[in-house]
Amino acid sequence: MSLRAETSKFESEVLEHLDAAHNLARWLMKNDQDAQDVVQESCMNALRAFDSFRGGDFRAWFLAIVRNTSFTSLRRRKSSSGPASEQSLEVGAEIAADREVYDPQAIAIRAADAELVRRAIAALPQILRETLVLREMEGLSYKEIGKIAGVPIGTVMSRLARGRMQLQELIVEMDQPDLGKSVQEGIR
Amino acid sequence: MTCDEARQLLHAYIDDELDLPTALQIEAHLPDCPKCQKELEAARAAGRAVAQPAVYYPASSELRDRLKRAIRSEIREIDTPPAFPGFLIGWWKRPMAFSGLAAAMLLIVCSLLFFLPAHASRGQIDELVGSHVRSLEENHLMDVASTDQHTVKPWFAGKLDFSPPVIDLSAEAFPLIGGRLDYLNQQKVAALIYRRNKHLINLFIWPGETTPEVDAKQGFNLIRFECKGMICWAVSDLNAGELQQFADLFKAQKAASTRS
Repeated sequence: MSLRAETSKFESEVLEHLDAAHNLARWLMKNDQDAQDVVQESCMNALRAFDSFRGGDFRAWFLAIVRNTSFTSLRRRKSSSGPASEQSLEVGAEIAADREVYDPQAIAIRAADAELVRRAIAALPQILRETLVLREMEGLSYKEIGKIAGVPIGTVMSRLARGRMQLQELIVEMDQPDLGKSVQEGIR
Repeated sequence: MTCDEARQLLHAYIDDELDLPTALQIEAHLPDCPKCQKELEAARAAGRAVAQPAVYYPASSELRDRLKRAIRSEIREIDTPPAFPGFLIGWWKRPMAFSGLAAAMLLIVCSLLFFLPAHASRGQIDELVGSHVRSLEENHLMDVASTDQHTVKPWFAGKLDFSPPVIDLSAEAFPLIGGRLDYLNQQKVAALIYRRNKHLINLFIWPGETTPEVDAKQGFNLIRFECKGMICWAVSDLNAGELQQFADLFKAQKAASTRS
């Protein structure tokens, strides 16, 4: 394929998955400006690395770059809250039998408030947040998510389970702004 | 399947990630277990909350346009290399296709640098005229004010990594009045200031090879010539004919001075 064809293929692929890229970056960076910067940087990183992309799933490949670029940017900003604190979350992946199950109806009613849901998602630990975003917003398979996040499928499954459970709690508890704040802090 | 086993697999069941026999086992368990049903519904509700379009952050059309422009400008840079020697075109397209991208860009930059002297860019003309105009502002014309070439030339030593030719042309009614350190193209250059009646001439000098060129902008005349391995740009509001005379004299005198 000629270079021009290659580059315009790249352009159309990037534009097709730009929403997914921006959405992921926005949820990882938690603000608009940083998300836009990350998307632009990812785009240029992807263009430079396009020769290493051997067909297959462009979206997963591109999102992996967005994720890495986001984490690099986050690490640059604050090296303190690195993966060490989040690694400990992998422990206790089993779903406790005696935990409280929230009323599905109550969750559904509160979830109608999109701003509340956004606050709840933002309050999730990063690895759970990204897993939920990739699964629920982009509809990616466990295999694709595992590839992007660099973890086995079993880990994707347990992260999703924990993500959904913590989110239920956040959505229900966050109904009152003050209480929601304390829940957020409790989770960190 | 026990309730406990089922609960561990509920999320994979929701996501349609279980093999058929396991999924069927879950389905067999669910009707008998209100707790698992509730758990399943709560997880689905949480999933739907995240999946609703209102919480999604699509890319703005502004970002979309910006990226489109950024990608296109990269494509243009790679795909329209006017100064590319023909024998090079083969390799940067063929074997590595895209990995050649970075290399191709580097080549374009190099070829631009190489070919720049042959066709002065508008950017460089702008820079030269801008530098000339700035020098006319008060207290900016000269770092060293002297009509003596033997004062001006040593002044540049240590400030530049090359030694610009400095020639006195006062006998030809182009008296040297001083020198200045200037910046063009992000590099240090020597600027010599000559006078013709009431007109000032800035002569910018830096190492390199070039071909003669004449240009004009905003009422200023520009003449480029090469002198002893140096690129020289004379900029002045002096008329083109006299500026050309200045350039010719400078070259001729320099040639004479090295011969003697």
